[in-house]
Amino acid sequence: MAETKADAAPGEGRAARLGAWIDARFPASSMWQEHMSGYMAPKNFNFWYYFGSIALFVLALQIVTGIFLTMSYKPSATEAFGSVEYIMRDVEWGWLIRYLHSTGASAFFIVIYLHMFRALLYGSHRNPRELVWIFGVLIYLALMAEAFFGYLLPWGNMSYWGAQVIVSLFGTFPLIGDSLVEWIRGDYFISDITLNRFFALHVVALPLVLIFLVVAHLLALHEVGSNNPDGIEIKKNKGPDGRPLDGVAMHPYYTVKDIYGLSVFLVLFAGAVFFAPEMGGLFLEAPNFEPANPLLTPEHIAPVWYFTPYYAILRAVPAFLNTQVWGVLALFAAVLLLFFIPWLDRSPVRSIRYRGPIYKTALMIFAANFIMLGYCGLKPAVPPFTKMSVVGTIIYFAFFLLMPWYSRIDKVKPEPARVTQ
Amino acid sequence: MSPASRFAAALALSFAAAASASTAGWPLQEAGTDVGNLASLQRGGRNFVNYCLGCHSLKYMRYSQLAEDLALTEDDLRTNLMFTGTRVYDPMVSAMSAEQGRQWFGNAPPDLSLIARSRGPDYVFTFLRSFYEDPPRPTGVDNAVLPGTAMPHVLAPLQGLQRPRFETTTGADGHESQHLAALEPGSLAGDLPAAAFDSFVRDTVAFLEYVSEPHKARRQALGVWVVLFLLMFAAFAWFLYKEYWKDVK
Repeated sequence: MAETKADAAPGEGRAARLGAWIDARFPASSMWQEHMSGYMAPKNFNFWYYFGSIALFVLALQIVTGIFLTMSYKPSATEAFGSVEYIMRDVEWGWLIRYLHSTGASAFFIVIYLHMFRALLYGSHRNPRELVWIFGVLIYLALMAEAFFGYLLPWGNMSYWGAQVIVSLFGTFPLIGDSLVEWIRGDYFISDITLNRFFALHVVALPLVLIFLVVAHLLALHEVGSNNPDGIEIKKNKGPDGRPLDGVAMHPYYTVKDIYGLSVFLVLFAGAVFFAPEMGGLFLEAPNFEPANPLLTPEHIAPVWYFTPYYAILRAVPAFLNTQVWGVLALFAAVLLLFFIPWLDRSPVRSIRYRGPIYKTALMIFAANFIMLGYCGLKPAVPPFTKMSVVGTIIYFAFFLLMPWYSRIDKVKPEPARVTQ
Repeated sequence: MSPASRFAAALALSFAAAASASTAGWPLQEAGTDVGNLASLQRGGRNFVNYCLGCHSLKYMRYSQLAEDLALTEDDLRTNLMFTGTRVYDPMVSAMSAEQGRQWFGNAPPDLSLIARSRGPDYVFTFLRSFYEDPPRPTGVDNAVLPGTAMPHVLAPLQGLQRPRFETTTGADGHESQHLAALEPGSLAGDLPAAAFDSFVRDTVAFLEYVSEPHKARRQALGVWVVLFLLMFAAFAWFLYKEYWKDVK
């Protein structure tokens, strides 16, 4: 605070005096100092470190476009579909707002998947950053729920049947299944009531959860400091001023760098919004341009691409003991396993740069396998996709469950004392 | 069968009247439409009003939007496209009600505002060209793309009536089955030669493609400038980044 008072020396102008007035009542300068101008981030961030700030931007974009969409959208089974077309045709710039929001949903998952992969590359989830990782996985879960609820809102036929299938997953639980499904839908089938509650969850409940979790994610990160591509602590080498020798201030160094990263992302994003908003049926599916029809099942029901790896896992697990609950449990296990990575990973080093061939191979196979599972989930459940899904599911679980073993026996290289460029 | 597909199947069956949106495997022909061709869209609009709007609505499409995008004057609209009693900002709704449709055809004719997006232009193009003679049916015709369709062959005066050629195949189990192999020119010839009929259908499909997303052309035209601006912005952002970072060793 001493600095702030010096800034506001008499005769320095009104702006400085106003700043001092605020600082005496609200920690504006000190928060700025703590999280931006004085937050020391490692200077060796590479390409993989752009996605955090991009994800934050996409969250803001979804909230702003979402607010404008709710101004014209009608959450009712008789009017929802028509109101979306009204937005697409009659609302000024409505088509742009809608495509920004629908493309933004897919972009959010692309960015988040790359952001999570970064953590696996450089060990960003390792001690002392377990909570940063856990808050991150919670954000991912909240995002999946947010996307699922949002997908019902256009009330297209794929919205309807997609929700029907996913909600019915809960019906596989023994004893409580049927009542649980009824409780979720609020009706005996997906109806106007379901649409209304999904709307409430999509526009109020989950955005609040997401914002809270993002704040917690960032506070936890700034408490322990950022990891970097070398996976070493920059706090171990401090200069005479007490600042890490390998650190640079978040602002201005990473703000200008992230503006550059964001602008490259925006070029690609605008390309999708303006030239391929359907992305060949991946972002917006053709059957969703038909209104919801409980009597007409689409030829092939598949969730949107970002859910398909888990959908493939769900379908890969066979039913036995007269119940299909095992696939559903596998689906939940596949997501919940993510929470345990910080403790499953037993390597003495964090970064892939100093790990041995086993982890490198395992991670590459995992990434390729995740994409393959996603592809299988988009396809009908017929050979060869059924077999590929089974193999993919085994690989998915093996990556996590065998990690304590293969990450420990892997041959590692010595970590450097200082970050490398 | 895997759990999820079993859910889907069980769910589908739980509705007594469940139907499937299958295309019956008839190969779709490429529509070859050009939505950027204004003359084609205008001809398509005229075709639609003359042959389709009697039964099918475009309830999300307004006449005024049509006039703006297809370079039509209000006079053009009134003399060529609009029913009496409609106003320019009204949506293009058929004079036939859904209830009348159900009584006359057994099915309310679907709204076609989004048909080119939900089924694709190739589907609509092939559907309109694939009616064939089938005397026992109430309409006297069936369709190779959508077997059992309630729609009569509205374009028969232009296309003529096609005759189906069936082929019998013997399956691995020795069971014989008949399937539609080809459609051939039939007894009744149409007013238009085959190529002219195809371009008639192509114009109509191009019009429906436009109707399914009226702002598409505007979106793409604007997109070019947005992407160019962002590329330039990215270049400046890169220089700014390099300027700030030049002292970081």
